[in-house]
Amino acid sequence: MNIAQLLVVLVTIGIVFAAVMTLVGYGSLLERKISAWVQDRLGPNRVGFDLNQPMLGLFKGFFGLGQPLADGVKFLLKEEFAPKHVDKLFYFLAPAVAVSTALIAFAVVPFGSTSVIPPLVDKRIDLASAKSNPNYQHRVYPRTNAELDKLKAADPFRSDLLASSKGRNPQIDLPKVVGFELGSSEVRFGIAPQIDLGVLFVFAVSSLAVYGVVLGGWSSNNKYSLLGALRSSAQLISYEIPMGMAILVVIYMVGSLNLQAIVDYQAEHTWFIVYQPLGFLLFLTAIFAECNRMPFDLPECEQELVGGYHTEYSSMKFACFMMGEYTHMVTTSFLLVALFLGGWHIPFVVTQDFPVGILAWGAKLVVFCAKMISVIVFFMLVRWSLLRFRFDQLMALAWKGLMILGILNTLGAVVILHTKPIGEHSIWLLPAWSIVALLVVSGLSMGRNKAANRFRTGISRVDQRFGAPEVLVAGRH
Amino acid sequence: MAIQTKDVIWVEPPKLGILDQLYLPAIAGGVVTALKHLIETTTGMGAEKTQQYPEEKPKLPPHYRGLHRLNRDEEGRVKCVACYMCSTACPAHCIDIVAAPSPWKDREKYPEVFVIDELRCIYCGMCEQACPVDAIELTSVFDLTGMSREQMIFNKEKLLSVFDETVKAGTDPVRTHSGKLGPASEPAESGLTGTSSAQS
Repeated sequence: MNIAQLLVVLVTIGIVFAAVMTLVGYGSLLERKISAWVQDRLGPNRVGFDLNQPMLGLFKGFFGLGQPLADGVKFLLKEEFAPKHVDKLFYFLAPAVAVSTALIAFAVVPFGSTSVIPPLVDKRIDLASAKSNPNYQHRVYPRTNAELDKLKAADPFRSDLLASSKGRNPQIDLPKVVGFELGSSEVRFGIAPQIDLGVLFVFAVSSLAVYGVVLGGWSSNNKYSLLGALRSSAQLISYEIPMGMAILVVIYMVGSLNLQAIVDYQAEHTWFIVYQPLGFLLFLTAIFAECNRMPFDLPECEQELVGGYHTEYSSMKFACFMMGEYTHMVTTSFLLVALFLGGWHIPFVVTQDFPVGILAWGAKLVVFCAKMISVIVFFMLVRWSLLRFRFDQLMALAWKGLMILGILNTLGAVVILHTKPIGEHSIWLLPAWSIVALLVVSGLSMGRNKAANRFRTGISRVDQRFGAPEVLVAGRH
Repeated sequence: MAIQTKDVIWVEPPKLGILDQLYLPAIAGGVVTALKHLIETTTGMGAEKTQQYPEEKPKLPPHYRGLHRLNRDEEGRVKCVACYMCSTACPAHCIDIVAAPSPWKDREKYPEVFVIDELRCIYCGMCEQACPVDAIELTSVFDLTGMSREQMIFNKEKLLSVFDETVKAGTDPVRTHSGKLGPASEPAESGLTGTSSAQS
């Protein structure tokens, strides 16, 4: 690798890191605004960009968009202390682990289309005149999959066009450039694109985030923190299993873990939410649990555990935990969009054979980001719609509910796809099987809701005369 | 008296059907409700429900009891005659008065020192009700702050200055008699006392 490529990589890292941090900051503002709007009030709307200068009065109170900046300054200037009773090494390590694992998991998020950034100026040259030059080494980089198919058909031994595993896009090395010609070098969006195990990478690194929680709770030397950390770690590792099972069928159908290949498959066929509604629901539930969001936010709710595992943290270390949580939200909503909601694909509008050029590439980026933001907004809406789960209900849901559904889903899908009972269109049995599995499991769990297991409440008949029923006894009979 | 067993009604939670057990329809309903509130707040009347405080002040009811003021009469003198009725009536004992012979001919006494501790005051309005000459009134100033406890102990000059401010701003309390003296301060014209003291 030479200096130019290294520079390109570093600049990309810098840009994406800045983008993530900005997203995280504005994610917190979006959460406050949406929470406020759902509760019939306005959110922060005082802090604009005017910095108290009368000259910038135009930006005063600009929808509260300066709020993350103010919060950032607050976190920087707040008193940063470490209590005496903590385990020093792990106390400082925990937020670092939380943030770094979240950011590393974010590294495989390709924001936009799966082709390279097209040059601003179309530098395709005339083939006939070029071929007459003996020094000319003709390398054509395809921009769409149609072109790729044509090139592969013409020359099946083009090593740089050979797909790895079953992904459709070629492994293209960054060409060796002398100097730094942005127009002709191939720059892809995303720090680590083309990772063939994209999905597995995200899951693996997100699992490491449990360390951040556990270390934070343990080192705080505080019983509330410890309980919060225990609950959180149990929740996180319990919900990783349904998360993995939910996407087994998706990966089976695509044949590759490469995220770009999955999005391409959805662009050619239908979105996976149509084929796998149960998988979509399982994944959606599991990512709520992975991000410690309502209704699974028992580890960090205030009513139960003061602050949970981040009780003893102040200022920047607390901000690190918050950044880790929001980054997880962004990464998992990206996964949801890429795996089930079609990525950058909108049927008939933004497709694979979109006209080439920088506008098309930009359109795919915009579509992807719009879908991600709507999933994040859905996260925030659900926070105000559902009650928090009790810990035993939470664990029961993971082990007795979601895992069973995941197993049923996978088994049924593999059987259907292999045997193809009704011939060509048997793929439509998949959503039917999803619904059947859901109903079967819910029917089975109904039997456990017998009167013997439910709480009864007693009301005194005598006091009903006076209006207020006196609740006498609540207990099992 | 103890509640007897025959008087107790046992209430069971409702049985859930197969679709209810999934909780999915209920969740969807909840999300739709949240979404409805969100859309209504952003596009409908929501933005107007919130009072943007420093720019929009609240509309106070007419008899709102805020900061005290000492009224002046038409000649600009302090109306108070140091009768001690307000400090006697005050439940929080926050009014301190020191009476002195008044320099004006139509009054016997006037308050040399009149101090109200605004932080002890409970803003009940008893002093205003007790005053026979309408000298002390509670205005509608509610957002007064001070940087120290000493700053919030208002002496006579400060209370008179509140009067000047509210008269200038036109925010006299509704009940004020606008500078006219109360019944006990009016000269006895005819009837009971016979002679009338000169007004000067």
